[in-house]
Amino acid sequence: MSKRTVVPFGPQHPVLPEPLHLDLVVEDEKVIDCIPQIGFVHRGLEKLVETRDYNQFIYVVERICGICAFGHSMGYAETVEKLMDVKVPDRAEALRTIWHELSRVHSHILWLGLAADAFGFESLFMHCWRLRERVLDLFEKTTGGRVIFSVVKVGGVARDIDDATLREFITVLDGIMGDYKQIMNTFLKDSSIQNRTKGVGYVSKEDAIDLGMVGPFGRASGVTYDVRTLGNGGYGLLEGFEPIVGTGGDCYERCVVRCKEVLQSIDIIKEMISKIPAGEIAVAVKGAPADGAEACHVVEQPRGECYYYSRGNGTKNLERMRIRTPTSYNLGGMTKALQGCDLADVNNIILTIDPCISCTER
Amino acid sequence: MALVAKSPWVIHYDGSSCNGCDIEVLAALCPGYDAERFGVINTGNPKHADIFLVTGSVNERNISVVKEIYDQMLEPKVVVACGICACSGGIFHDCYNVIGGVDKAIPVDVYCPGCAVRPESIIDAVVQGVAVLEEKAKAMKEARKGGE
Repeated sequence: MSKRTVVPFGPQHPVLPEPLHLDLVVEDEKVIDCIPQIGFVHRGLEKLVETRDYNQFIYVVERICGICAFGHSMGYAETVEKLMDVKVPDRAEALRTIWHELSRVHSHILWLGLAADAFGFESLFMHCWRLRERVLDLFEKTTGGRVIFSVVKVGGVARDIDDATLREFITVLDGIMGDYKQIMNTFLKDSSIQNRTKGVGYVSKEDAIDLGMVGPFGRASGVTYDVRTLGNGGYGLLEGFEPIVGTGGDCYERCVVRCKEVLQSIDIIKEMISKIPAGEIAVAVKGAPADGAEACHVVEQPRGECYYYSRGNGTKNLERMRIRTPTSYNLGGMTKALQGCDLADVNNIILTIDPCISCTER
Repeated sequence: MALVAKSPWVIHYDGSSCNGCDIEVLAALCPGYDAERFGVINTGNPKHADIFLVTGSVNERNISVVKEIYDQMLEPKVVVACGICACSGGIFHDCYNVIGGVDKAIPVDVYCPGCAVRPESIIDAVVQGVAVLEEKAKAMKEARKGGE
């Protein structure tokens, strides 16, 4: 038996856009175990809920993560609306769904680019990010921001989208389809990518369920769980759809699931635009949550299920706000996927779980 | 820009940013904004880099990492604080685990505010950073001459 060595990985590493530190226990070139160390991005923002009122806190929640910013503000607003028994107008819920699905498109294309960068395919990375700019232009046009939108408020949304702009959404999404299909074709058919991803970082369905994996990472291992199918919020207005599930459980399957989810999200946006209800976009919310009132809520973020809990204390400030984000569910699965892999595949496997460290540590 | 004779290589580190500024730093280097046409190249090695782009504020855990990367970079070097969190702590300034802007850890040459910072401002800040870099290089050259 050869000697065991510990290789530190991160927090500053070319492949990681975010700081995560891993102690990799290696034997020759094989990774035996991996011990994640976190805390580099911890700010302690849940504590801020005590000093901000529930309307102000939405801007803090939005900045938990810049990639899933919209999902966090929507999840928080829906939790507080549950807490205070507010009924949001249908049009506001439909608009939230459109922006949320558009965030998923932007997040998944961003991830495809970073994954391509992780296995050394830099031109594909550039192509993905070029495509993503077209989606960001839609955000900029409708909300004013590229990554942080500040468009959700408790009781509805702050801005409406007129019909002409909604039609433009469809034109732009149809316009990127040709380029996207080409990128997807490269990801799924190119032999150099398959050599790097097939059979790498395998997690079985049993392990995925035991470790509580969620989102595309779990679905690629066969877990049929997608919060959107519960029909919360605007998703109740849709016909209904099946979650995209793979069986391979390896890095390749995770690419497949995310590639297909982009197409699914585009279909959802189009369906929502075709049946968007007319009417108000917000209701006035007055008063404060009752003392001791509690609410929990789940939202399907681009990376998986995100859980929100809040408790009121009779004042404008909430007593407690707790958020459990998809990457904290998935870190266990990541450790499992890394066990037994080659040292050279580590960055590839870490990227395919789509880690969002700033969500995890808050 | 005609005065810029060299390609500034950048290194990026995420302090405790929310990712918003990080993806904008990457977007600035990708097609669409394409800072590479000015010779700006992203590198992962502190020894290769001229400009240090820091996003996010510093906290107890990452202050040593920020200092370590800065110390490893060779002179002349420039630090650009990208985003309001890196400038002053921003919306998180009163969080219990936030010490403040990056200038609490290392000297900052160019401040580039915004939440999230826009790619245009990042390119602008890097161009300003290049001017600072040239001044520093000139000062080093004169110091060398004076020593002879």
